[in-house]
Amino acid sequence: MAVKFSGCLRGVSALSILSLLCLCGCAPTPVENKNSVVIWHWMTDRQPAFEELSRRYEELTGVRVTFELYAPSDAYSQKIRAAAQSVSLPDIFGILGEKRDFSSFVKAGHVLNITPYMSADSGKWKNVFFSKALAVNEFSSDNTYGVTPGIYGVPIDITTIQMVYNKKLLKQIGGNPNRPPATLEEFLALGPKIKASGIQGLVSGWGEVWMIDCMANNYAFNVMGKDKVLATIRGDVPYTDPDWIKVFEIFNQMQNSGVLANGLVTMVNKNAEQLFANEKAVFAFNGSWCVNVYKGMNPGLEFGAMLPPTVSSRYPMVIWGGAGSSFMVNARSPRKEEAVKFLRWLTDREQQVFLAEITLNLPANKDSLKKISDVLAQFADDIETSTHPNVWGVSEFPAVVEALDKGIQSIVIGEKTSAQVAEEVQKIKQRELSKKNNK
Amino acid sequence: MRIKSTLENYLFVLPAVTIFLIFYLIPFIWVFQLGMYEWDGILPTKTFVGLSNFKEVLTQDNIWWLSMWNAGYITLIAIIFQNAMAFMLAMACDREIKMKNFFRLVFFIPPVLSEVVVGLVWQWILDGNYGLLNAWLLKMGLPHLVKNWLSDPQTALTTVAVVHCWKGFGWGFLIFLAGLQTIPRELYEAARVDGANAWASFKNITLPLMIPVAILVAILTVLGTMQAFVLIIAMTGGGPAYHTQVPVLRILASMRGSSRFGYACAQGIVFGVVLIIISFVQYRFSKRSRQY
Repeated sequence: MAVKFSGCLRGVSALSILSLLCLCGCAPTPVENKNSVVIWHWMTDRQPAFEELSRRYEELTGVRVTFELYAPSDAYSQKIRAAAQSVSLPDIFGILGEKRDFSSFVKAGHVLNITPYMSADSGKWKNVFFSKALAVNEFSSDNTYGVTPGIYGVPIDITTIQMVYNKKLLKQIGGNPNRPPATLEEFLALGPKIKASGIQGLVSGWGEVWMIDCMANNYAFNVMGKDKVLATIRGDVPYTDPDWIKVFEIFNQMQNSGVLANGLVTMVNKNAEQLFANEKAVFAFNGSWCVNVYKGMNPGLEFGAMLPPTVSSRYPMVIWGGAGSSFMVNARSPRKEEAVKFLRWLTDREQQVFLAEITLNLPANKDSLKKISDVLAQFADDIETSTHPNVWGVSEFPAVVEALDKGIQSIVIGEKTSAQVAEEVQKIKQRELSKKNNK
Repeated sequence: MRIKSTLENYLFVLPAVTIFLIFYLIPFIWVFQLGMYEWDGILPTKTFVGLSNFKEVLTQDNIWWLSMWNAGYITLIAIIFQNAMAFMLAMACDREIKMKNFFRLVFFIPPVLSEVVVGLVWQWILDGNYGLLNAWLLKMGLPHLVKNWLSDPQTALTTVAVVHCWKGFGWGFLIFLAGLQTIPRELYEAARVDGANAWASFKNITLPLMIPVAILVAILTVLGTMQAFVLIIAMTGGGPAYHTQVPVLRILASMRGSSRFGYACAQGIVFGVVLIIISFVQYRFSKRSRQY
């Protein structure tokens, strides 16, 4: 019995030791190979192009660059947060999220300030980029995030988020395929024709609320101008201001006229892209990445890019645009010099042209636009009229953004009026402001 | 000798205790501790805010309580319809019917399917514009029933609840079937000899003996349904507006949307306490019912 017992005891002890060893084995082993750079990203569509560029770079320099893909973007986002906590970020990584999240990574010491590299040789590297693309990665001297001013990211491509229209369907409902509706009035007038023809009007990923926020911001800039929008974010202008109610009312008008697709409020962007690519919807509100997506779904699709139809001529229509994807260098990486060198090579004209050709995204390098398609060129033309929340210097509270987005959904489904939504958003804004002031 | 024996006994339970500590107790304490901080999940520094996150969840966050209400509604539908369906199908498969093994297999297919896949397939079936359900309703001459099932605030939550029931009834079916098979057949034979009809046998034999099983299924249904979210993300993303928001979606929104890890932890603790209370009440109820 005693022999059996001690045998069991040995088994239990062995199991305990094994468990401990397994737990200890979870810790990453740092690799200090100077000829190897590791990049984490989430861009599934760009992985083959990145791998090809990595092969070319290794041939050229002998430095092996490994692109590790972690998708979908939500999972990637969680992964880099976890890696930041355990101080195990790779040499190069991308940050998904708002400027506030970006600033936290910088303040935690995870992101290298690349201003000295960008500014060297009289700003030779800095000057190859579209200024809007760089601005998203920059913290100005008056930033409210408490970050040391500088450039902290390298833009790989640029994005604008605007509207696209199907030329054939627009003609079918009596529109001019070479002149899409420019004003809200013209746009709303198409509603009854869209309904009568049995096709869908505007499709978009409004189930993923940030896209509603984007369109609402476009109209807010058009109705009241940048200064008043930023004053609202700072808390100086309430959301119950008549101009904001006018912005909310635009969504009600769109819904009533019939230009919005059925089920838009729970539509995810992938479904919206399928509807537009399969020629079941006349308009889509989407980012410039859609050119690649639509080509994959329906290579023969004839469409053009347009700005959201304006409601006022007092201020210009301003769309969201800037860096689509950016890479950051890990400030703690022993290979940060190699990482910077690679990013510099990646953003050279030749590599940017290659990326634009293969992935149909707008290159961040402004000298690489020669070989892009006509539709993509239309998106590129509008980059100068774009803005982005990440360059405003102030951020709206996430709770307010959510209330605004959900409120607009409520307007679209006919549950609330514009005035009610404005009241509710302002209530949340005041709550968040008082919380901030109490800290 | 006695000390050695005691130590040996402790050594036996050490692996289980270690696993429990590492994977359950320490994370729970850590989550509770994080609930008392304002933290964005990135910065190494956290700001201690005491119980204010918990206070905010309990007293100020109306959307949180709306999400609890929505989860409660889905749970109620699941308890009534999902379990009724599971029980009826288990009764049917417990009898000597043809192809009963085939049916047992078929009824267990939905629970083993991926929730995301189920959600996306049902989203496609229920699509307001090109969905199979609406096409079928039109074909049947019922155009007045055609709806945007998932984007209409009147139908979104119930539709999600129905799909959840379809996805989950297989578990209840299996447990009910196992319970029914433990009832001695002699009881039914004796009842038949005494002149009892099918209803009397069901009422006086099946139902009383199945009550503990039904309570177990109800507890599992409540815990599973209250925590459901993958299916909902895939079908509606929590919309339209807040109509299909559930607690786990709110926790995710606090964590990912607002970068408020501390607040999300406080929501998680409050949610956990609510589930523990519900389970405790159900357990007490089950103990009492077993005494009869």
